[in-house]
Amino acid sequence: MSGFRTLFYKEVLRFWKVATQTVAAPVLTALLYLLIFSHVLESHIRVYGTVSYTAFLIPGLVMMSVLQNAFANSSSSLIQSKVTGNIIFVLLPPISYREFYAAYVLAAVVRGLVVGFGVLVATIWFAPLEVDNPLWVLAFAVLGGGMLGSLGIVAGIWADKFDQLAAFQNFLIMPLTFLSGVFYSIHSLPPFWQQLSHFNPVFYMIDGFRHGFFGVSDVSPWLSLSIVGACFVLLGMLTLFMLERGYKLRN
Amino acid sequence: MTTAISVHQVAKRFGSVEALAGVDLAVAEGEFFGLLGPNGAGKTTLISALAGLVRVDSGRIEVMGCDVVADYRAARRQLGVVPQELVFDPFFSVRETLRIQSGYFGIRGNDEWIDEILENLDLSSKADANMRTLSGGMKRRVLVAQALVHRPPVIVLDEPTAGVDVELRQTLWQFIRRLNRDGHTIVLTTHYLEEAESLCSRIAMLKAGRVVALDSTANLLRRFSSHALRLRLAPGALLPPAAALRATEKDGICSLSFDRFDEIEPILAELRVAGCTLEELEIGKPDLEEVFIRVMHGLQGDRG
Repeated sequence: MSGFRTLFYKEVLRFWKVATQTVAAPVLTALLYLLIFSHVLESHIRVYGTVSYTAFLIPGLVMMSVLQNAFANSSSSLIQSKVTGNIIFVLLPPISYREFYAAYVLAAVVRGLVVGFGVLVATIWFAPLEVDNPLWVLAFAVLGGGMLGSLGIVAGIWADKFDQLAAFQNFLIMPLTFLSGVFYSIHSLPPFWQQLSHFNPVFYMIDGFRHGFFGVSDVSPWLSLSIVGACFVLLGMLTLFMLERGYKLRN
Repeated sequence: MTTAISVHQVAKRFGSVEALAGVDLAVAEGEFFGLLGPNGAGKTTLISALAGLVRVDSGRIEVMGCDVVADYRAARRQLGVVPQELVFDPFFSVRETLRIQSGYFGIRGNDEWIDEILENLDLSSKADANMRTLSGGMKRRVLVAQALVHRPPVIVLDEPTAGVDVELRQTLWQFIRRLNRDGHTIVLTTHYLEEAESLCSRIAMLKAGRVVALDSTANLLRRFSSHALRLRLAPGALLPPAAALRATEKDGICSLSFDRFDEIEPILAELRVAGCTLEELEIGKPDLEEVFIRVMHGLQGDRG
């Protein structure tokens, strides 16, 4: 197990050493979203009848940060290692593909949780926020972070160049997270977009995560949990399959 | 004698390129083995396959009796690889790099051995320096250190002295020689043939994915190279017919090969009798460069 532990430790140390860029910067970005959107919309919108817009927005921003940073951690680490060639240091030792997967996903979850917690601490002062059920909060944060961390491995291995990874991030991750109900309840959308949102797995992560705070949500948290869990397992299997075959890493 | 590395009928294609075309090779424990060949001959592919960085299409490779695919964990523990590219992780210091590398092999509390490696590679003063701040030669030494953290019995060096200054080359070879004396098996690829000649006891030459020569360095030298008398004649002078028959000329230098030193005198006497004036004369030793060129051009051994 020690190879896994070291790889996990190295991955955490890697982002922690440049925490200004990997933790502080995304926290600041989320804070800016909150200041701007809540300034514009606070007096116009109430969600679930009683929840103020700012209070509604905070969990969304927290979860969006968790997801984006989990993805960024594994994908940028892998692409950097591949481009600079130091990926060889991980490929030469007796580390199994399962250990490899677990270390990168777990480090991605840690980065996501650290940033998410940072966003929560930075934004909680702007609206009264209570946690209805911390188990939901934790379950969706960990599962969502794990899923995006896994997707980050896929993207980091698939991309040969930084711009390919940027395309993956800009054309897939950004639309999926922005159109997932971070900034609005999907009940406020026209029917077509409401239907479409139901095909976005990120919607369920945000909705379930929010349920942990308010005890109400667009869909049942159990449904969200099932869908997120199923996506996590499917994506995990795909990633493990790629790693086992050595796709682009051992060829 | 145990076999440190055994390569059996290994083939690998990259698209239409046949990188390895059925390679058979065995390296005995404790050997200092040279793997030579022009660029693209398959040396790095073979080393990558050995290290599990590339999956071969067919064939089998074992390190200290452990199959590199089926028993990859055991095989990788037996093997230390110094890669050809000058790679490093810019996030860490030298010591952190070596501690992390130890951890990947499941070794904790390895500082004593790390200190010893650093000392031997003249890196102690740089232990806490970030990898980014090191010169190319220093980074190369760290790569060697990384390959040694888990005390592998088999060490593979893929062109370790490319672009390395003379002093470091000396330190490096001294250290590698000592590891070899201590019982480590060393496999070396290099383009510096004089290095291979002085270090390796046995050599394999690869060409287009095939082993085209495999023998002890001494035998290769004997079969493909010889002492040679090299002459530059004064302008207008011609070699006497008997000498001309056995001479080869290149860039105005005539070479006459010989096996025994007492063959020199009759040649010189013949030249004197013919009134041939010499501008330069030197005696060349058999060298691996000649062996390499002859083997790569598909010439037969025993200088025939």
